Amino acid sequence: MTLALTALALPFLAFVLQALVPPLRRSGRGAAAVSIVCVGGSLAAAARLWLAPLGAPLVRRWEWIPADGGPLVTVGIYLDPTAQAMLVLVTLVAFLVQLYSLSYLREEPAPALGRYYTYQSLFAFSMLGLVLAPNFVEMFIFWELVGLCSYLLIGFWYERPAAARAAVKAFWTTRLGDVGFVIGIVLLWRATGTFDFEALFGLAEAGRLPAGLALTMFLIYLGAVGKSAQFPLHVWLPDAMEGPTPVSALIHAATMVAAGVFMVTRAFPLFAVVPEVLTIMAWVGAFTALLAATMACVENDIKRVLAYSTVSQLGYMMAAAGAAAPSAAFFHLLTHGVFKALLFLAAGAAIHAVGSSDIRQMGRLFGALPQTGIVFLIGTLALSGVWPFAGFFSKEAVLSAVWDGHLVGPFLMLALTALLTAAYMFRVVFVAFFGADRAGGHPHDAPPLMAIPLWVLGFLTVAIGVRVAVAGGETHHPRGWLTALSLGLAGAGIAVAFVTYQWRVISPAALARALRPFDWMARRRYGIDGAYAGIYRGIILGFAWLIGWIDRYVVDGLLNALSAGTLSAGDLLRRIQNGRAQDYVYGVACGLLALLVASQIWR
Amino acid sequence: MGLQAYLLLAAAVFAIGLFGVLTRRNAVGILLGIELMLNAVNINLVAFSRFNGDLAGMVFALFTIAITVAEVAVGLAIVIVIFRVRKTVEADRLDLLKG
Amino acid sequence: MTPVPVLSIITWAPFGGALLIMFTARHRPLAVRLIAAVSTGISTACSLWIFFTYDRDAAGFQFYEKLSLVPPLGIAYELGVDGMSLLMVLLTSVIILAGVFASWTLTVRSQEFYALLLALVTGVYGVFVSLDLFILFLFYELAVLPMYLLIGIWGSTAEVRPRGIFAWAYRATGVGTKEYAAMKLTLYLLFGSAFILVGIFALYVNGGNASFSFLEAEAAGFDPIVQRWVFLAFYVGFGILAGIWPLHTWSPDGHASAPTAVSMLHAGVLMKLGAYGVVRLGIGLLPDGAIEWAFLVGTIACINIVYGALAAMAQTDLKYVIAYSSVSHMGFVMLGAATLTEPGLDGSVFQMFAHGIMTGLFFALVGLVYEKAHSREIFRMGGFGRTMPGIATAFTIAGLSSLGLPATAGFVGEFLTFLGAWRSAHPWWLVPAVAGTLLTAVYILRVTRQIFWGPESREFHRLSDASGPEWVALAILSFVLVVFGMLPAVAVGPVDTAVVPLLLRLIR
Repeated sequence: MTLALTALALPFLAFVLQALVPPLRRSGRGAAAVSIVCVGGSLAAAARLWLAPLGAPLVRRWEWIPADGGPLVTVGIYLDPTAQAMLVLVTLVAFLVQLYSLSYLREEPAPALGRYYTYQSLFAFSMLGLVLAPNFVEMFIFWELVGLCSYLLIGFWYERPAAARAAVKAFWTTRLGDVGFVIGIVLLWRATGTFDFEALFGLAEAGRLPAGLALTMFLIYLGAVGKSAQFPLHVWLPDAMEGPTPVSALIHAATMVAAGVFMVTRAFPLFAVVPEVLTIMAWVGAFTALLAATMACVENDIKRVLAYSTVSQLGYMMAAAGAAAPSAAFFHLLTHGVFKALLFLAAGAAIHAVGSSDIRQMGRLFGALPQTGIVFLIGTLALSGVWPFAGFFSKEAVLSAVWDGHLVGPFLMLALTALLTAAYMFRVVFVAFFGADRAGGHPHDAPPLMAIPLWVLGFLTVAIGVRVAVAGGETHHPRGWLTALSLGLAGAGIAVAFVTYQWRVISPAALARALRPFDWMARRRYGIDGAYAGIYRGIILGFAWLIGWIDRYVVDGLLNALSAGTLSAGDLLRRIQNGRAQDYVYGVACGLLALLVASQIWR
Repeated sequence: MGLQAYLLLAAAVFAIGLFGVLTRRNAVGILLGIELMLNAVNINLVAFSRFNGDLAGMVFALFTIAITVAEVAVGLAIVIVIFRVRKTVEADRLDLLKG
Repeated sequence: MTPVPVLSIITWAPFGGALLIMFTARHRPLAVRLIAAVSTGISTACSLWIFFTYDRDAAGFQFYEKLSLVPPLGIAYELGVDGMSLLMVLLTSVIILAGVFASWTLTVRSQEFYALLLALVTGVYGVFVSLDLFILFLFYELAVLPMYLLIGIWGSTAEVRPRGIFAWAYRATGVGTKEYAAMKLTLYLLFGSAFILVGIFALYVNGGNASFSFLEAEAAGFDPIVQRWVFLAFYVGFGILAGIWPLHTWSPDGHASAPTAVSMLHAGVLMKLGAYGVVRLGIGLLPDGAIEWAFLVGTIACINIVYGALAAMAQTDLKYVIAYSSVSHMGFVMLGAATLTEPGLDGSVFQMFAHGIMTGLFFALVGLVYEKAHSREIFRMGGFGRTMPGIATAFTIAGLSSLGLPATAGFVGEFLTFLGAWRSAHPWWLVPAVAGTLLTAVYILRVTRQIFWGPESREFHRLSDASGPEWVALAILSFVLVVFGMLPAVAVGPVDTAVVPLLLRLIR
């Protein structure tokens, strides 16, 4: 318990120091040191915690919002094996990324670097808080805070219009999902009277959850759709690559985007009672995986390829969760977190060396950057699902779970995705790291501060895989034909990429011509981004303009008309006042006469 | 002659005075009209006092006469000032209060 | 009666400051500011003191003072605070203290400006602490009237083009000028106070014990028919000040024209006066009326939320954006009150506080930006984040609170309101409320991006960040916003002690 609190408190301490002591923040490297030391401490605490076996979940709560008769909302800590594993992943990747950033961003001015590390500390704190949240409200709080950090870090280079746009887009899109999430939380509270996971799981276990939770859980799932970039709210993640690459590695690959999957896993006992929502989740997940994979195939920006592959892999995780196998989803989350962070950091090293993120500007990097090349290849093999790398096992677990769930459609989509994944990832490898020499200048390998995180993550990618291969995991039940299928798909994908981009027997242009409709649509992102832009510009802004006009010229217009009417009525009455005393007396006399007459008539 | 005759006389004087006030162009004429109206009131007061045997009416009439004198004094003074400033005492031209 | 009349000190200290400024500080601008800072500082210190010494277990009205003024008519100078007014007093203190610092650089007739500002604050404090309806009304008028001079003399003028079928009326009334805004605001609020006065007299007549005392009226209970109409009168009367649709149009014009400190105080505190009136006098004294009209109040609040947000999105003048956001956020306050549930009312009062601080911060920032850039046109600005990082940070904090981001005060108020809405008799209120937060995110982030992000606009030169006393204002407000967002129990605790008895009367 103390360890968990320590892990949570250290990054917060770093954030508070950096936020409230401007000289520290402006010193840049000082802020970085504070940040790294604190997150390193968190990592140590998390690792120590992970080694200690845990019986029942540890729970601790404090009152947050009081109400008559017991607190309405509590905050606290909920520590179970899932949270333990997640803690290690988050602190590890955060620590490595912060180390890596020190070198990657060394040309930034000191205040900007300080700002970067302030956001990083806040992110580490928020993400750990999300992992440890014991109830939906606290989870939502940190959920929004990681969203905030994502927004701030995507917009780190705020002077670039593209970065500014991407940051705002990311915030809006995830916020759209969060609207569902918060409504779902409120509905769930009304139905069960609590936000607390332990109490809710107790109800679920006893079968005393109220009926008709499908809508509620679907709304909560919408939160995950936004955060984990599921179709149709996936549009923000590729654009989020405008942020610095280490940020993409940490937030938009390993941790924050996986928060949606983590939430579904965490609240799985509740999702388990609503099979219809699970089915939707599986189909949407598989569809997202396939859709993103096709878009990755036509993308030339190395970071965006990785972003689409992240979307695709998140689709995998969601499909597994939808197939009622949260453990498979979570396993894939962990392995993916490690190797995708690796891929991003390696890509960052390549971008750093070449000065561009376009793979057509790269080539033969393997010779110039051997270290980066090797780790990138390790990551690619893992992502493509090649034995014995970590990705192979988790992917197979997902496929196996989906097959067991009798979800044939999603299974086929995921299998096709596996093929495409291998193809587009090896396309990047062949074009950027082998192939023709197109890189200008003399790219050199990453400095040690950047290399160490790469090697650590590369080692872990292999080690996790080997460990599962040797020991077998509880999540891994080999099934002959499935193993063969997934290896075959990966092999086929690699072969396609090899034939097209390395051997060049088939020219890429010919391939594109053969699949012209898909190629055409994928290059335009299937029009989804365009549709959102249209809705935003046309409908929301148009409607806002209309309301603004109505308010100014109709609602307020009526008032001004009333006011102007009063003024002109006064103007009319003014004419009677002609200033001649005799006329007034005449009026008085007439009035008096009228009164006299009236008093005689009605006496 | 009964009370009625006095009242009729007073009413006639009052009406003549009012007519003067309303129709005279000259400010002095208007003041004279007001004078007539006030004297109509005096006639009434004295007549009622005489017929009801209450001296209070006489007293009031004396007051009224005194006030009338004061009023004429002030009124004529105003008219003279107006004449000095605006070179006219014609009521129609004195419309500074026009809204 | 407490040994020290602390509520009287809080209420009259600014007034004393105003008198001192008028009579002793002619042509000494620094003395004016110091007197203002000290007198509001006294109020703030006392507010903090009562906030933390208020006995939460005993609840009810504390720090009670009573001085009979006109015994035959039952008028007394009667003061007291419960959990709800406690928070409002604290809000007023924070805003006025920040407001004094935010207008530190004012140059024109600062003596009169500060004197009027302080007199106005006395009125605001008075409304929050009075327990006598007659005195409450006097304070209410004192709070409303100086506004006319403050806007009319120190205000700024915007351009509004006459369009639409009422274009003739726009030319006749001079829409957009500061005189127009001042007149509109004053007339609107006086129109509202006529309803309030009628309502108070109706209660006086029907109460049967010839007393204006709130506590006696609370104990008396009223006939349902009386309750129905008097509640409506209070709702319209106080609601105008709270910016209820469609009687809200004084607020954008008034707030946009007013000088910085006045906008802060008006949007931050005076609009709360309206909401506080509806909750305290409306729901507190007329429970049956409240139940009867809850549907109307809540539905109009929902319109406020969505309509205000959309209208804010359509503005190109920064100050108008913030002003319309107030209209939208006051919708949350009124919605929370209309739910007539414990979380809803807690949320409503908390949102009053949160919105007060946040909008105070917003207006302070807009004032600063205007002072540096001499423009309020959003789409001419850009890239200010580089030259004014402090202002950008504070603006972001205020914006995040405005869109209900957790760990800022805005979230707590909105979330409690959501809970209340879903538990109320009309659960669908939840949907427009949540949609409102999404729309808020759209316009706030859009404005933030346009002004502070992106490449630097070439039109502006030598922009600088906030300096000196201005920092005090920004720091106080940002700090309060974040601290109350992280530790809402500090404020929700006392509020809850006031809300629960209110609801018990409602059920009875």
